[in-house]
Amino acid sequence: MGQKIVTLPLTDEKVQDLKAGDRVLLNGDVYAARDAAHKRLMDRIEANEELPINLEGEVIYYVGPTPAKPGQVIGSAGPTTSGRMDRYTPKLLSLGLKGMIGKGYRNEEVKAAIQKYNAIYFGAIGGSGALLSKKIQAETVVAYEDLGPEAVRRLTIKDFPVTVINDCYGNDLYQQGSDAYKGRQT
Amino acid sequence: MREIHVDDITDSVAFLCQTASFDLDDDMIQAFQSSMKTEKSEIGKDVIEQLLDNAEIAKQERIPMCQDTGVAVFFIELGYDCKITGGNLYDAINQGVSKGYGDGYLRQSIVRDPLDRKNTGDNTPAITYVEMVEGDHLTIRFTAKGGGAENMSRLQMLKPSDGLEGIEAFVMESVRLAGPNACPPMIVGVGIGGSFEKSAYIAKKSLLRPVGVRHKDERIAELEEKWIEQCNDLGIGPQGMGGTTTALDVKIEVHPCHIAALPVAVNIQCHANRHKEVTL
Repeated sequence: MGQKIVTLPLTDEKVQDLKAGDRVLLNGDVYAARDAAHKRLMDRIEANEELPINLEGEVIYYVGPTPAKPGQVIGSAGPTTSGRMDRYTPKLLSLGLKGMIGKGYRNEEVKAAIQKYNAIYFGAIGGSGALLSKKIQAETVVAYEDLGPEAVRRLTIKDFPVTVINDCYGNDLYQQGSDAYKGRQT
Repeated sequence: MREIHVDDITDSVAFLCQTASFDLDDDMIQAFQSSMKTEKSEIGKDVIEQLLDNAEIAKQERIPMCQDTGVAVFFIELGYDCKITGGNLYDAINQGVSKGYGDGYLRQSIVRDPLDRKNTGDNTPAITYVEMVEGDHLTIRFTAKGGGAENMSRLQMLKPSDGLEGIEAFVMESVRLAGPNACPPMIVGVGIGGSFEKSAYIAKKSLLRPVGVRHKDERIAELEEKWIEQCNDLGIGPQGMGGTTTALDVKIEVHPCHIAALPVAVNIQCHANRHKEVTL
């Protein structure tokens, strides 16, 4: 099975070239942010204050890494459950966010917003944090350092393996995959 | 009366916390390997292969297999003829968690209060259950329970008239809803009977039984095998991307209950199935 190689940041063209089920190696910079950081970003948006990061064309990776051991760039760094960010995601997509990396179902609003804003949702393998840490070449905390594992980080990723779950055409790999294999065990 | 000093408990707990995060047990490795032979989806096989690579990297480099190093849950067996000296058991365990997670570069994932959500900074307090048993030993069973799978766990107070059919429907619905969120291939812990909280307790405790080991009651063992097949027929597959390996195992425990009651709890465990134990 082939793999596509995508260089970040994302553009409309790059997004349109990807379909649910495609296996992709991502290269470039992403933001790491999860629950607490999303809440703070949303509080600023609601207060009409400037965000500490520019979302245009960006990808957010839902991850809260373990502390780095001496000599490590970053600790274990696999995806966390994306659905917890669903309530914030349509707003962030409307502000230019182009992609997300996580694991697990998105709700209907998020799936509709992914189509509307020509965005994409990638799944990384949950629970493979040791392996994925090897694909991260640089890490800098860029906001909310007090949140510890939940701080916003800039990560430089290299050949980071993901699979397209929700594409801009409305396809959903979780749905299609489970439909294809339903009843095939017995 | 045999005496065990709290320092020995603290040191053992610190060791268990780290080794659980770094060294995936052989029962899980074997379950991955055998699922490679039966999985029908190419993406599914690829996922399992990466999970085997991940386990090897974690083991060799002494880094956590998953960044969610979990809430520290302990099932303690304390012999009636065993006396803890130099302090108390709960403090000794919490000190061990603090040391193990801190020295091991494990993630601090506990907030001091569910409402203000400030991180305690040392992954304490642990969740500790103690059962008194015959003998003079102290057995410490540890599990690092990650949030993703735990969040997909469910409990329902069924009616006795719902019967086995109702239980089965609830379990399968729970697995289906958990889907990719619970990081499949998963292990499904089911507690049937007891009371509201007892069903959840035995569901969680059932997960301590190694993968592939069936319940000693043949009737329950058959049910476990049937439900494994049913889970794998759901099509969810590794990471929910479609496939025939949804559950590596189903564990069931039962307990006496009220004539009016039929509690059922489903505690879901992700593939990062981290359990370690020691007897002092």
